[in-house]
Amino acid sequence: MIIKKSLEKWVLLSPALVVLGLVTLVPFVQTLWLSFTDTRITAISKPISWIGLENYIYALTDPDFIEALGRTMYFTLTSVGAEGILGVGVALLLNQKFPGRNILRVLIILPWAVPTIVNAVMWRLIYHPEYGALNSMLWQMGIITEYQSWLGDPDRALNMIIFADVWKNFPLVAYIALAALQTVPADLLQASRIEGAGPWRRFRTITLPWIFGPLLVVLILRTIEAFRVFDIVYVMTRGGPSDSTKTASFFVYQEYFSYLRSGSGASYAVLLAAISAVLITIYYIGARRQVQG
Amino acid sequence: MIKNKKLLLPVSALALALMTSAAAADTKLNALFMSQAAYSEEDVKAMVTTFEENNSGITVELEFVPYEALHDKIITSAAAGDSGYDVVLYDVVWPAEFAEGGFLTDLTSRVPKNVGNKIFDGAWTTVTYNDRIYGMPWILDTKYLFFNRELLAQAGIETPPTTWAEVMEQSRILKDKGVVEYPLVWSWSQSEAMICDYTTLVAANGGHFFKDGKPAFDQGGARAAIDYMVTSLNDGLTNPASTEYFEEDVRRVFSNGEAAFAMNWTYMNALVNDPTESKVAGKVGVMPAPGVEGISTASAVNGSMGLGIPSNSPHQDEAWALISYLTSKNVQENYAKLSLPVWKDSYTVTSVTNGQEELVTAASKAIAVMSPRPVVPAYTEVSNILQKHLHSILLGQESTDDALADAAKRVSRIR
Repeated sequence: MIIKKSLEKWVLLSPALVVLGLVTLVPFVQTLWLSFTDTRITAISKPISWIGLENYIYALTDPDFIEALGRTMYFTLTSVGAEGILGVGVALLLNQKFPGRNILRVLIILPWAVPTIVNAVMWRLIYHPEYGALNSMLWQMGIITEYQSWLGDPDRALNMIIFADVWKNFPLVAYIALAALQTVPADLLQASRIEGAGPWRRFRTITLPWIFGPLLVVLILRTIEAFRVFDIVYVMTRGGPSDSTKTASFFVYQEYFSYLRSGSGASYAVLLAAISAVLITIYYIGARRQVQG
Repeated sequence: MIKNKKLLLPVSALALALMTSAAAADTKLNALFMSQAAYSEEDVKAMVTTFEENNSGITVELEFVPYEALHDKIITSAAAGDSGYDVVLYDVVWPAEFAEGGFLTDLTSRVPKNVGNKIFDGAWTTVTYNDRIYGMPWILDTKYLFFNRELLAQAGIETPPTTWAEVMEQSRILKDKGVVEYPLVWSWSQSEAMICDYTTLVAANGGHFFKDGKPAFDQGGARAAIDYMVTSLNDGLTNPASTEYFEEDVRRVFSNGEAAFAMNWTYMNALVNDPTESKVAGKVGVMPAPGVEGISTASAVNGSMGLGIPSNSPHQDEAWALISYLTSKNVQENYAKLSLPVWKDSYTVTSVTNGQEELVTAASKAIAVMSPRPVVPAYTEVSNILQKHLHSILLGQESTDDALADAAKRVSRIR
C-alpha cells in the first residue's frame, strides 16, 4: 500500500518532471558540456575535442570581459536600485485616495507594456543628437546651450540607457508594491499614528517590512533580467561608443554568432548564470535576515 | 458533388497529380539583401520582379537587413536546414571565414570560364578564397571623396585637393573663412563603416594591417592614418558627430550643405544630385580618395560585395539562376545609378556613363588602386578589436600609443 502510494506520487509528478527536464535540464547539461569543448559553428562536421577549463581561463583572463562584468554590475545595481525606489514611491502615491487615481493607475503601467525593442528605438530617437526631443526640451528650457550627444559620449551613454531601462521597468515594481500596500492593515497604521509615530517611522517599521516579501520577489526578477541585459543595449548603441556600453551578455552573443566559437560562447553563458546565482543567493540571505529580524 | 463513387478515385488522383506537379514547379527562394548603400530596396525588388516574370515557377522572398546584421544572419541561417536562405549577399571580408566553415557552396564549376577577365579583379577577390569561387561579384564599390563645388568656390578654392594633406589645408581655409563650420564629414561610428574610411587612409599612406602575420597597425602608414583622423577632429575640421555616423548620416549632412567634403560609397552620387533628396544637387563633385605625396596618387578600399548560395540551400539551381540574372551585364547596366557594374566593358556604355561621367571617371581610377582589408578567417574579430580601439582614440578615451598597443595585444590573443 505504501509502495503504491509513493509510486502514485511519481506517476502524477512525471509529466511535469519530463517537461522540466526537457526545457531546462537537457539544455543546461548540453551547454555545460559545450563549454568544456572547442566546438565551432560550421556547416561541415569537424571533430570536437574536450579542452577542459581552457575556455573559462580564456574568458576570465580577458580584460575586456572583466571590464564588461563591472559595467554589467553597475547597470544592474543602478537600474534595479532606481526602479525599487521609484517603484515604491509611486506605489505609495497611488495608494492614497485622490480624484483621478484609477486613471493614473492605468496610465502608469503603459511604459511596462511597451516591448523592449520598441522602447529602445523610441529612446534612441529621444536622445538623437540633432533632432531628438531631449535636446530640444533641455535647450528650450535653457538648461543646455548647445545640443548634446547623449549616446555618443562614452562617459554617459550607459547612464542614458539605464534611464531608458528604469522608465520602462519601474511600473512593474510599482504595481507589485501597490498590490502589497493594499494588504497593510489600516488599523495598525492608525494605532501607530495615535502612538505618535511620524510618516517615515510608520513606513520603515510597518509598511516596508509588510511589503518586503513581494518587493523582494520582483527585485530578484529584475536583477536576473538586468544582469543579462542585451536587447535594449543592442538596439540603442550596439555596445558602443568604444565599448562603453558593452555588457557581459554581448560576449556570449559575440563569441557564439560573430566569432562562431560555440564552445567558448557557452563558457561565457555558464559564467553569467553562475554570477546571477550568486546575486540571487545574496538576496535570499538578506531576505531571511530581514524576516528573522 | 460527385455522386458517382466510381468517378471519385480518378478525379481525386488527377487533382493530386495536378497539385504535385504545381508544387514541383513552384520554387520559393529566400534571398537576403541589405538596406544600406549600393542598390536600393526598390532597385532590388524591380530586378527580382523581372526575374520572376521570366522564370515562371520561381518566386523570390526578399529580406533586407542593415549591413551590421548581415553576417550573423547568414551564420544562423546555416542551422535552418531546408528553410534557410537560398541566395545571400556577403561582404568582401567574409569569404575566408565562410569558406573555412563550409557555409557557402563552392560555385567554381558553375561560373562560366569565359567571364574571368571580363570582370574586374577587385570584384573577383570578393568571392574568391584559396582559388575557389564562392559566388558572383555583384556590387563593385569603394569610397569616393565628394566635394561641394559651391562651398569651395566661396572659400576661393579653385581646384579640388589632390592629396590628403591638401584636403586638410582646404578644410582649414573653409573653416577660417567661416564658409562651413565642419568642412569634413565621415562615418566613424564604432562599425565597419569606420574601418573602411580607415583602410582608405592606411592605403593612401602606404601602411599595412599586418606584416609577416603580426599586427602592424601601430607603425608606419597605418599609424599615420589614425594620426590624420585625430588631427582633423582635434582641429575642428571633421564634424565631431562623425564618431556616431553611418553612411546615411554622412549623406544627410552633405546633402544639407553642412560639409564641404564627404567620404561615401557610389550610391551617394545619384542621391546628392537628386533635388528631391538634396539641397546641393548639381553642385557636387566626385573624385577618387586622394593619395599622399610621394606614396600614392589615389586611395580606395575594396568595399565590394558578392552573391552566394548557402550550402544548406535545397534550391541550388534556381538560386544560381537568380544570381546569374542579377549579376548579368544587362541588368547591372540598367541599374547603374546607385552601384556601378562589375563588368569592365560597361564603363564605356552610354547608359552607364550618361549623366554620371565624373563618377565613372573616378571609378576607373579608384578601382585600379582598391586595397583589401585583411583576408583572414578571423576578420570579424580583428575588425571588432580595431573598431573599439580606434574609436576610443577618436573619442579621446585612450592615447593613440596605448590603444594601438592594446589592439595589437588583443589581436594576438585571437584563437
